Amino acid sequence: MSNPATTTPAPAPAVPPPVEKIRIKVDGREIDVPKMMPNWQGKLEPTTMLQACHMAGQEVPHYCYHPKLPVAGNCRMCLVEFGTPMIGPDRKPVLNEDGSPKIARSVLPYEPQTPRGAIACATPISPGMELYPNSPATKQMREAVLESLLINHPLDCPICDQAGECKLQEYSVQHGQSASRFVEEKVHKPKAVDLGPRIVLDDERCVLCTRCIRFTKDIAGDDALGIINRGSYNTISAFPGRAFDNNYTLNTVDLCPVGALTSKDFRFKMRVWFLKETKSLCTSCGTGCNITIGSREGVIHRYEPRENNAVNGPWMCDAGRLNYKWVGRKDRLTEVQSRGQRTTWATAIKEISERLASATPGSTAIIASARQTTEELYLLKRLATRLGAVTDSVPRAGNADRLLVCDDRNPNSQGARLTGITFTELGIQLAWIADGIRNGSIRHLVVFGEDVTQQGIGADLLGKLETLIASDILPNATTARAAFVLPGCAAAEKRGTFINVKGRVQRFEKAAEAPGDARPEWEVLHELVEKVTGSTGFTTIEGLFNQMAKDVPALAGLEWGKLGDTGVTVAI
Amino acid sequence: MSTKVVDRTPLTFYERSYLPAILSGLKVTARHFLRSAKGHNTATDLSQGYYPEVPWTVAEGYRGAPYLVRDQEGHTKCVSCQLCEFICPPKAIKITPPGPEGIPSDRANAEKMPREFEINMLRCIFCGMCQEVCPEEAIFLQKDYSLTGTSREEMIYNKEKLLSLGGTHAGIQKWKHKLESAQHQEVFPVKTH
Amino acid sequence: MDFIRYLDPTVQFMLFSAVKIVLVFAVAMTGVAYAVLVERKVSAWIQDRVGPNRAAPFFVHYLPVVGPFLTKLGIFQPMADGLKFILKEDFTPSYVRKIYFWIAPAISCVPALMTLAVIPFGSTLGNANNPMVIADLNVGILYTFGIVSLGVYGIVLAGYASNSKYPFLGGIRSSAQMISYEIAMGMSVVSVFLVVGDLNLSKVVAYQSGGIHEWLIFKQPLAFFIFLVSAFAETNRLPFDLPESETELVGGYHTEYSSMKFALFFLGEYAAMIGASAMMVTLFLGGWTPIWGGAPASSLLVGLSHIVWFLAKLGFFMVLFIWVRWMLPRFRYDQLMNLGWRRFIPLALVNIIITAGLIALTHK
Repeated sequence: MSNPATTTPAPAPAVPPPVEKIRIKVDGREIDVPKMMPNWQGKLEPTTMLQACHMAGQEVPHYCYHPKLPVAGNCRMCLVEFGTPMIGPDRKPVLNEDGSPKIARSVLPYEPQTPRGAIACATPISPGMELYPNSPATKQMREAVLESLLINHPLDCPICDQAGECKLQEYSVQHGQSASRFVEEKVHKPKAVDLGPRIVLDDERCVLCTRCIRFTKDIAGDDALGIINRGSYNTISAFPGRAFDNNYTLNTVDLCPVGALTSKDFRFKMRVWFLKETKSLCTSCGTGCNITIGSREGVIHRYEPRENNAVNGPWMCDAGRLNYKWVGRKDRLTEVQSRGQRTTWATAIKEISERLASATPGSTAIIASARQTTEELYLLKRLATRLGAVTDSVPRAGNADRLLVCDDRNPNSQGARLTGITFTELGIQLAWIADGIRNGSIRHLVVFGEDVTQQGIGADLLGKLETLIASDILPNATTARAAFVLPGCAAAEKRGTFINVKGRVQRFEKAAEAPGDARPEWEVLHELVEKVTGSTGFTTIEGLFNQMAKDVPALAGLEWGKLGDTGVTVAI
Repeated sequence: MSTKVVDRTPLTFYERSYLPAILSGLKVTARHFLRSAKGHNTATDLSQGYYPEVPWTVAEGYRGAPYLVRDQEGHTKCVSCQLCEFICPPKAIKITPPGPEGIPSDRANAEKMPREFEINMLRCIFCGMCQEVCPEEAIFLQKDYSLTGTSREEMIYNKEKLLSLGGTHAGIQKWKHKLESAQHQEVFPVKTH
Repeated sequence: MDFIRYLDPTVQFMLFSAVKIVLVFAVAMTGVAYAVLVERKVSAWIQDRVGPNRAAPFFVHYLPVVGPFLTKLGIFQPMADGLKFILKEDFTPSYVRKIYFWIAPAISCVPALMTLAVIPFGSTLGNANNPMVIADLNVGILYTFGIVSLGVYGIVLAGYASNSKYPFLGGIRSSAQMISYEIAMGMSVVSVFLVVGDLNLSKVVAYQSGGIHEWLIFKQPLAFFIFLVSAFAETNRLPFDLPESETELVGGYHTEYSSMKFALFFLGEYAAMIGASAMMVTLFLGGWTPIWGGAPASSLLVGLSHIVWFLAKLGFFMVLFIWVRWMLPRFRYDQLMNLGWRRFIPLALVNIIITAGLIALTHK
């Protein structure tokens, strides 16, 4: 089985091996397509009609087919009319009068007037084949299949969370009929079934494409779902006595082309067409899954995986997907504080820079967080170099699984290593810093995004410091004792880059505004570094990244613009 | 190609002196002036008075303020699909959906109703798009045309106010019939709320 | 009142002048207020509307018949309008050039009122030494033209100071329009003074005091016509209201003004109308003389009747100004310039030459 997270993202070979091509016709246009193409596991298999049409720029509608799942071929939506070259009794191609090969359109065996389609998702192409994805017969087949799928559909779009991103709606617009011809009573099935802790199932909306069954069996490895009953009474169901509960269940909500499987977390929360989509990254572990943040008016409503075959494929884990609610917490730090009094950024930065600049070299320590962006870590490192400060960050470990979740729960441990904030292991300097505070050699401590009282530097030690500067998003024991409190931003509220455990440098964009005074840490750090070191820098994240790429050897040659949406892998 | 240039008839000297235009203008305005001065007026001729004293008869099909309606059993018809919020040209409508923890609905089988539904009547332009787009026949432009308030906040009508102003609209009750049909089939046991 | 006779003549003159100024100012202001009412009422009636018919102080309700009638005519509306202007927020946008923005309304209002100083609005009140004119200047008409020319500065300044596109365009249009029509206007009256032989407006009135057949409107119809049309242009009234032109420039030069500053522009416009009407009455309609003619009054009653005659003729022109506004559409800018430069100025020149020729032929 292909496991996108664990396969080493190898650099593309310089010379691709020659690909055997077949010439076919799509809608009368000749096109050369590879004879073999990777299937859902990445193994080479004969190219299908659907893939060939896609390469010719013709999208074939489908429900059950998914490029990352085994082919099932049960929805029949991708039926396409086709023809093959005629072979005469002498095993030679039959030619037209103009010398072109004669094409036999596929027809029903005993009804040669009726075209017979093939499911494009599972039918391989052959040389000289002609595909007709826009022929009248193809369109008629699609209309018939769609009408049949809609027979028992409850048409409850107004209360369906899928509305707006529903394939039934989209194909109904393209291939549907305006009125129903079905006069009998619809078959009713269970609604709002509690399938698992995070999933709600509406059986009436289901088109029985079995994507969810295939995903959970073949990708998640938790064979929990199946179809029960017969004919019109087919229903998706979890096996009796078992809840549909693994760490990847919410992917079935993305996979479900209709509104049958919906997320309990997103249930009735917001209509999808209101959501602003922002390309971002999951911060819950070192894998760095690519995500799309759906937000409206500054409120984050959901995370969805964004396809990146070098990192997470089209999937992400449930834990990461639901780990966004703290961003909107009411007790966020929203005020810049100086000794318990509210102050302004300008005043605070001025005071801090004066304090740090006048500190004895070596009397400062900086504890950064591997949850911060690479740019912020880089700026902290520059500050540390100027102050002769010792730096470290905090490790965060968990259990890895076999699909995506990584044992390193920091999203940017590699960033901390590459910028020089930490050495090979995170956290080995923490005890040394604690000793320094205890014996008085460290008088000033800068903490970014961590609660050091959990890391052996307790409240008694913090009390001995001359200056404690703490920046964080949520209040904790360290910010409670800090002389200067600088409210920070969640990753969803700023721009920057993370480097995942495999060295993939990926950038993320801003989805929401930070509350109150909170500003992106890199902006604050940039001003601070400018004031303390006297060197002018950049005012944009692009300029900062490009500067960092020049200064940090491991990132040499990178530019913000070249990272693209899916990132670049660097050697680590 | 298909454009045909037609020359204007040149004006005579008399016409170019503006005098005929002035004289005919004088004639028209004088006629109206004298008629009005005698006390004739369209408004008074039609309804024997002026607006605040003689209330205006609201015409059939008039598009006044949009309000939410209840069905014949007194249930909220709106299911919070937010199509009106989306279509609303001046962005006057703001709906808070129930969310995962919200109250599902005050009637069986509809699953969903808005937690809050606000129309800013200062923004509303009475265009009727909300009524047209509503798949549940839950919002209607009614006959109120004179909306007043002493503050901006007061002019933002909430769900409670909209429902109480909207009254009842008897509809087809599709959710109820779906439920009855499902109960009738007995193949799958129907969950009751 | 006898003590007045024993005063020094200079003091007497100053005293009488002060009283006349106050009276003229009061009448002019009231005239402006009621001109606005007439404007609203006439426009309403022409357009089949009702016009102001509601505003009334509380005590009017107790008057039988008369009270409701006056209310229906809108007699109390100007008071409400005035009160509204005073109570409205005087808003100054942040982007304007403040000093010019503040003085522009005054500059547009003051010259309009100052023209009234040389208009003989009556003969005497029985005393020949005390003519019913504030300043009996020998160069009365020159004074008038000099002062009227200042009116354009208010509008141009308002357009410039507002620092916004519509007022700016309005100001530019206004300066071009007023300068153009001043020439036509000035040339049209040259022939009048050729006939009269004096620039003093009292002398012009005296020349016409023989009765309606002596009025200069019949002796100089072309000059009257040019003066009338130019007066419309000078006062920015339709069909020449390009500086304001609501449909294209929102409000032209006074778009950014509100409250009392806007009221001053309004007042200036109507005062200019009164001034122009008074000029036309004086120059072409025999001033204060009744239609059968008459010498300066020898008694108080006759003197008052002369003032009434003057006001009646003035009222005629005011109604004409108002009526035309609701009758004719606005001229296009090129039409306006065409009319001024290529029609009226040559016509006025021809008129001067013909008049001068006729006088040269008939004069011994």
